[in-house]
Amino acid sequence: MSFVNIKTWSKSGAPWIWLNAGAVAASMVMVLGLLLLIAVRGFGHFWPHDLMEVDVTNPDGSVQRVLGELTRSEELAASVLREAGVQIPKDALVIERHLIKQGNRDTLGRDFVWYLEPRMGELRYPVNAVMLERREWGNFYGYPLELKEEGRSIAQGDALWAELQARIERANAIHEQIRKIERQDIGKINFRMERLRLDERRMALDPNLPAEEVAQRKAAMAVERAQLDEEYASYGAQLEQLYRDVKRDTLVAEIMDGRKVNVSVANIVRASQPNNMSVFAKIGYYFERFGEFVGGYPREANTEGGIFPAIFGTVTMVMVMSIIVTPFGILAAIYLREYARQGPLLRLIRVSVYNLAGVPSIVFGVFGLGFFVYFLGGSIDELLYPEALPSPTFGTPGLFWASLTLALLTLPVVIVATEEGLARIPSTIRMGSLALGATKAETLWKVVVPLSTPAMMTGLILAIARAAGEVAPLMLVGVVKLAPTLPIDGNAPFIHMERKIMHLGFHIYDVGFQSPNVEAARPLVYATALTLVVLIVLLNLTAIGIRNHLREKYRSESD
Amino acid sequence: MTDSVAKAVPLDGARVSLLPSGEKRASLRRWRYAKDRISRYGVAIGGLGVVFALALIFVYLFWEVFPMLRPASIEPVSTYTLPAGTAGDQVVDMATERYTEVAGVYSRDGSVTFLEPRAGAPIKRIDLSLPAGVEVVSSAQTEIKYGVLAHGLSDGSVMVTKHEYTLTYPDDVRHIEPEITYPLGEQPLLLDEQGAPLTVIGIQTAGEGYALAGATADGRLTLAIYRAAVSFMTGEVEVKRSSYILPPVPGRPTHILINKTTRNLFVADDAGYIHHYDTVHPDEARLVESVRAVAEGARISAMRYLSGTVSIIVGGSDGSVAQWFPVRDEQNEYHLTRIRQFQQHPAAITFIAPEYARKGFVVGDDSGHVGVHFTTSGRTLLLEKLADAAITGLAVSPVNDTLLVTDAGNQMRFIDLYNPHPEISIKALWGKVWYENRAGEEYVWQASSGSDDFEPKLSLAPLTLGTIKAALFAMMFAIPLAIMGALYTAYFMTPRLRGFVKPSIEIMEALPTVILGFLAGLWLAPFMENNLPAVFSILLLMPLAMLFVAYAWANLPARLRLLVPPGWEAAILMPVILGVGWLCIIMSPSVEVWFFNGSMRQWLTDVGITYDQRNALVVGIAMGFAVIPTIFSIAEDAVFTVPRHLTQGSLALGATPWQTMLGVVLPTASPGIFAAVMMGFGRAVGETMIVLMATGNSPVMNFNIFEGMRTLSANIAVELPETPLGSTHFRVLFLAALVLLVLTFVVNTLAEIVRQRLRKRYSTL
Repeated sequence: MSFVNIKTWSKSGAPWIWLNAGAVAASMVMVLGLLLLIAVRGFGHFWPHDLMEVDVTNPDGSVQRVLGELTRSEELAASVLREAGVQIPKDALVIERHLIKQGNRDTLGRDFVWYLEPRMGELRYPVNAVMLERREWGNFYGYPLELKEEGRSIAQGDALWAELQARIERANAIHEQIRKIERQDIGKINFRMERLRLDERRMALDPNLPAEEVAQRKAAMAVERAQLDEEYASYGAQLEQLYRDVKRDTLVAEIMDGRKVNVSVANIVRASQPNNMSVFAKIGYYFERFGEFVGGYPREANTEGGIFPAIFGTVTMVMVMSIIVTPFGILAAIYLREYARQGPLLRLIRVSVYNLAGVPSIVFGVFGLGFFVYFLGGSIDELLYPEALPSPTFGTPGLFWASLTLALLTLPVVIVATEEGLARIPSTIRMGSLALGATKAETLWKVVVPLSTPAMMTGLILAIARAAGEVAPLMLVGVVKLAPTLPIDGNAPFIHMERKIMHLGFHIYDVGFQSPNVEAARPLVYATALTLVVLIVLLNLTAIGIRNHLREKYRSESD
Repeated sequence: MTDSVAKAVPLDGARVSLLPSGEKRASLRRWRYAKDRISRYGVAIGGLGVVFALALIFVYLFWEVFPMLRPASIEPVSTYTLPAGTAGDQVVDMATERYTEVAGVYSRDGSVTFLEPRAGAPIKRIDLSLPAGVEVVSSAQTEIKYGVLAHGLSDGSVMVTKHEYTLTYPDDVRHIEPEITYPLGEQPLLLDEQGAPLTVIGIQTAGEGYALAGATADGRLTLAIYRAAVSFMTGEVEVKRSSYILPPVPGRPTHILINKTTRNLFVADDAGYIHHYDTVHPDEARLVESVRAVAEGARISAMRYLSGTVSIIVGGSDGSVAQWFPVRDEQNEYHLTRIRQFQQHPAAITFIAPEYARKGFVVGDDSGHVGVHFTTSGRTLLLEKLADAAITGLAVSPVNDTLLVTDAGNQMRFIDLYNPHPEISIKALWGKVWYENRAGEEYVWQASSGSDDFEPKLSLAPLTLGTIKAALFAMMFAIPLAIMGALYTAYFMTPRLRGFVKPSIEIMEALPTVILGFLAGLWLAPFMENNLPAVFSILLLMPLAMLFVAYAWANLPARLRLLVPPGWEAAILMPVILGVGWLCIIMSPSVEVWFFNGSMRQWLTDVGITYDQRNALVVGIAMGFAVIPTIFSIAEDAVFTVPRHLTQGSLALGATPWQTMLGVVLPTASPGIFAAVMMGFGRAVGETMIVLMATGNSPVMNFNIFEGMRTLSANIAVELPETPLGSTHFRVLFLAALVLLVLTFVVNTLAEIVRQRLRKRYSTL
């Protein structure tokens, strides 16, 4: 077999073509690898991993039982460990070590610990090991011993598990009631109290009010306040009772070092025995946790629980933004394309508007904070909400300013897409309309604009996709790590434009980088990232689909 | 006309018009035209409104930055004669309180007169109660914010007084009552053991108490530290005193300064020297050095500490004004060093008044000139003649907005001062600056700190360098991949594969950067730290492996080779890339063991290269990833739209596809590719979240690939939410935003113009 001459081969340019192909291939590998990484890690978050039990020999010879989930493994050079003073087998070059999530932060101190492979004995998967998701202190891993009701033993052994599940369900139901009272009922009372306070203050600020009216109103307010206080007290009593009820049961369990620990059932969100679950049970558990993730509220400084407020905040903000950006973007595009006199000045304006799409988003954030929040918001407060000063109403970052800033940021996207759509309408259609005697406005609004609505939709979808993923400007104009209330609720005026919101993208940044326990938060960040990626890729695919469909349509019409 | 329209004519012969009546049609027409006009003006207003709103971004950012460019200015409000008993040439110190409703004027005899500073109405006068036959011979102030004065007496003792203001709101009107208190008791305290008159004294706060130093006519120098304790039983003030005799001053002393930590003591003499005492351990205090502080023939006519008691401002009899502070050398010795000189006054300096919380000061001279200076920026903001006689006293209000001036002619002037941003100069923003307590000139960004005496360091140089560094590494990673990929996708790839590849890469453009940043910070950075050899071997081996596979492919039997048509090379290479990548990662620990003693990271540190986990390499890859789609998409468009007849002509003349690419396609599309790179650069410069999350955000000044950086955009995101509205720091951050805006706008506009030119050229080809 004779080889191709290297010289002629390289002269043909083939190596270069292959290298170029390699660049594409590498880019594709990275793109797909990234999506795969997020998908695997994100979806993996909800799966109940088996709990492994292993005996670890400590350097001093003592043996320690470890129970937990394997988080990940890595290889380390033996020499590095030797330098650090760790004793390891002499002939080893590379040592594997495993990060085990052993939970029980309250009793063990550390919930993630590295263990060296050579020190670990055989892995066991005890069937009775339980994993408890708790409201505080993260997961609990251990072996259940008995269930107590106010100190009395209720169940032990085989009967324990079913009883425990029933009691957890009861505790969760009570928690749900507590949450409803705290968030909705008491929230409403607080809202009305604050209203009253502001009304009173406004009255005091108004010098023209006749004295008898002031007295009259004050009396009415006092009545209302007394009523609210009464309601509050009754809810308070209810809450107290519920809190007492929920603390009834206790689970006694043994943890990995043999200690017996009491876990209040009130503190348990969910209990499972991963080693004892069938695949179907695991799938069921998976979807239960997935449901909690999408629909639940965060716990433990956002590192556990759900991301519902973040999803809700993102969606609300994007909707408000769409309502602002759509009419203005479309008007601007129609003006630039249909009405403005074409010339060098217009070209300059158009290029400038297009280029704003490439301006760093943080610049919009700076503008939003300075102009919208401090300048506009400060003025609005002085004019409309003097009673609340010095605590600002609109003069502080919030939903409306975030939406407005993002509207400004995405305006170029909508304008560009709409203009493109308008330009694609064949001139024959316009001329036909004009020839039939329609005015310019009629041609525009009845022929051209309806035909280009898909283009506008494309623009809007792209704008939404961009807005949903922006974080940098939002950090300045209204997104916070934990908002006490949702921006939409049952209290008039229902949409609270001045409230601060949570946001998926900021949630990723905050939980991944500002959280005290990054290791524990990591899976949740992946899941949140997955949610965001899916959302944005879907939006973009829709936009691309509409655009392609549109191109085909006009290609056939103009032929 | 009218009747021909309106009537409905039956069908049988006489025809009926179905049109509305003429009148109705006319009104309808009017209405239609009105709608047309409404539409036109409505759209125009809306459209122009949007354009204006976008233009407003520029205008507003500039409007916020503009106050920094305005020079300082003064506006005299009132002039009046000092109240009786207060002579202009007897003034030793002055102060105003925060609302400028009360001012205090201290006289040489120890008395203080409080007056209303705008009109000069006297409020009250308080005299020192001294034992008979004893008088005040010298006085000195602490740091200005404490409002404490020491009076040296003729019997070798001192009195310490403090002015305080109590705010009350009787009838909802603010009332300020000035008061003199005696923090060390109302009795004079002994300083000089021999009881000689204290010709010069100095005072400073020292922890809970006060440090005082006094010199006598015979050259003896005493330092004493007084601590006051209020007795539980009697409520009386007890003062504990520890005094130390310092080595004598070589000349005749004129000023004494003590710093807040009581580490340094400076004595100026009448020959123009400053004598520097080390008083870290006061019982073994020593004279470190004597430095000539003014030119030959001149003497030191005024000398005072700035707030923070680090910098000394020295005013000479020749009108010179300079800033000095002790600088540490390699031997850990402090040397009093002249840091910078300010614009010279026309006559001898008579009075120096430091600002309360900033590093600025106001200087008066013998000819009635007043100068406003600032140390960090080295600026003389203002130098104006305000009085005909010598300036004898000056006071700046605590918020730096008014100025009180007395002169030897007994005149008092109340002046509005506009000086909100003296920290800013071209040099302070972009050049090297010698900050307090530093060994030399440096580029530093450190805008705030917990301490009051902090000197803000607002150099944009490290941030700009960081921005460029991040963008540069990102471009180094992105340009080869994106452009080579674009060439291949547009020109060699089969349409079927292209239909999949192009949208996938374009979708990546929409991927939120917060996700890239989070992956870079939490996954890539630790991964790279543990597998450093893998990263470098992938970069090195990947092209080689590709070439090897290409050569092997060329040597395959034709029958096998033809199974995969040309244009699918990329698909063939995918498994190769995965394989090589996997191999490199698997081999990484072994490579570390063989070549780097087990840890490449440790090896780098041993070689002397700093390694941060979140470094420029991580940012380069992550941000490169974010930039690839931008460059790829535009460059691909430019290559793909090269007219077919050009390439076909070239191929028909016998050129190989690669020759056609190099000779025809590339030159034609190069402006488009250039535009693509510009767009990518613009995006990399402004990217915030990736750098925020994937670097340590430390503002360093180097291009080390293994260290982090802080960029302009990340800096804004970190600092702006916590910056007080309207402060210099706030405006500098706006300036950073404006710089970013203008930079990306210019880059993008250039790219856009290039692209439009190209499009025009293609259409004529």
